[in-house]
Amino acid sequence: MTPGGYFFGVCAVVAVLGALATISARNPIRGAMGLLATIVGIAGMYVQLSAQFLAAIQLIVYAGAVVVLFVFVIMLLGPDAHGADGGKRPGSWARWIAAPLVSVLLLGGAVLLARVSTPQRFRAAPPGHGTIEAVGGDVFGRALVPFELSTALLIVAAVGAIAIARSRATKPSERPASVGATRRLFGGAIHPRDARTVDDEVAR
Amino acid sequence: MGLTGYLLLAAALFSLGVFGVVTRRNAIGVLASVELMANAVNLNLVAFSRHHAGPTGQVFALFSIALTVAEVVVGLALVLLLFRAKGDVRIELASELKD
Repeated sequence: MTPGGYFFGVCAVVAVLGALATISARNPIRGAMGLLATIVGIAGMYVQLSAQFLAAIQLIVYAGAVVVLFVFVIMLLGPDAHGADGGKRPGSWARWIAAPLVSVLLLGGAVLLARVSTPQRFRAAPPGHGTIEAVGGDVFGRALVPFELSTALLIVAAVGAIAIARSRATKPSERPASVGATRRLFGGAIHPRDARTVDDEVAR
Repeated sequence: MGLTGYLLLAAALFSLGVFGVVTRRNAIGVLASVELMANAVNLNLVAFSRHHAGPTGQVFALFSIALTVAEVVVGLALVLLLFRAKGDVRIELASELKD
């Protein structure tokens, strides 16, 4: 086995174990860490596929921004939301039959196709394949219009996220009775700055 | 290692993501599983880019990453809203349009 094969094996094991942790962890933080392992494993594979620029982007954007955003939201929601994976989900027996069936069919189909087709070897990459120059030349050349549109998409997503997260649509009387500290914080139109004074009022 | 290994690994990651999307109860867990599926697709794009020895697949993967980030931002904002409205992040609580 070549060193490249060993590297692929290590990255594949890390990615699959991370994916297993992501879909099975009761604790959301462990799920986020599993997602991080998957992302790092895939970044290693990008390096091996001579896509160095995308490997850097993967680490910066996914490991640096997306996973941190996940952890931030999990921490913001606090322990009140953490019992969410206990108990039974309505209609869960159908899910527990359908989910393995779909997954096994997908993976089995892929394995079957790999068995019947001839193994494909990579041809030699041209010099500079996957560098910033090669990818940037395409992004700012043929893909210039989609690139500009993606900036609009990101702006719209950011503004939409702020609008959704700050909306005051539900009236305080319609909200469920708050029990935990986090629920009290999110149960009304209370800025975190004022949470302490509200707690004091409740205590009084 | 040829193209086949990468495609098989991407298929495995995508299958695990599908499994997670269907079975997870926690809305954050569902979003993380969607991330797994998106990463598997990106791996496919980059592997085919290497196979064809051209940069186009990597450009597609770059745009796909940007799309995924936008999706995660909006999805997590919706999770926050669900938590504020229901006091929990179980995904079946977000079924008011269904009833």
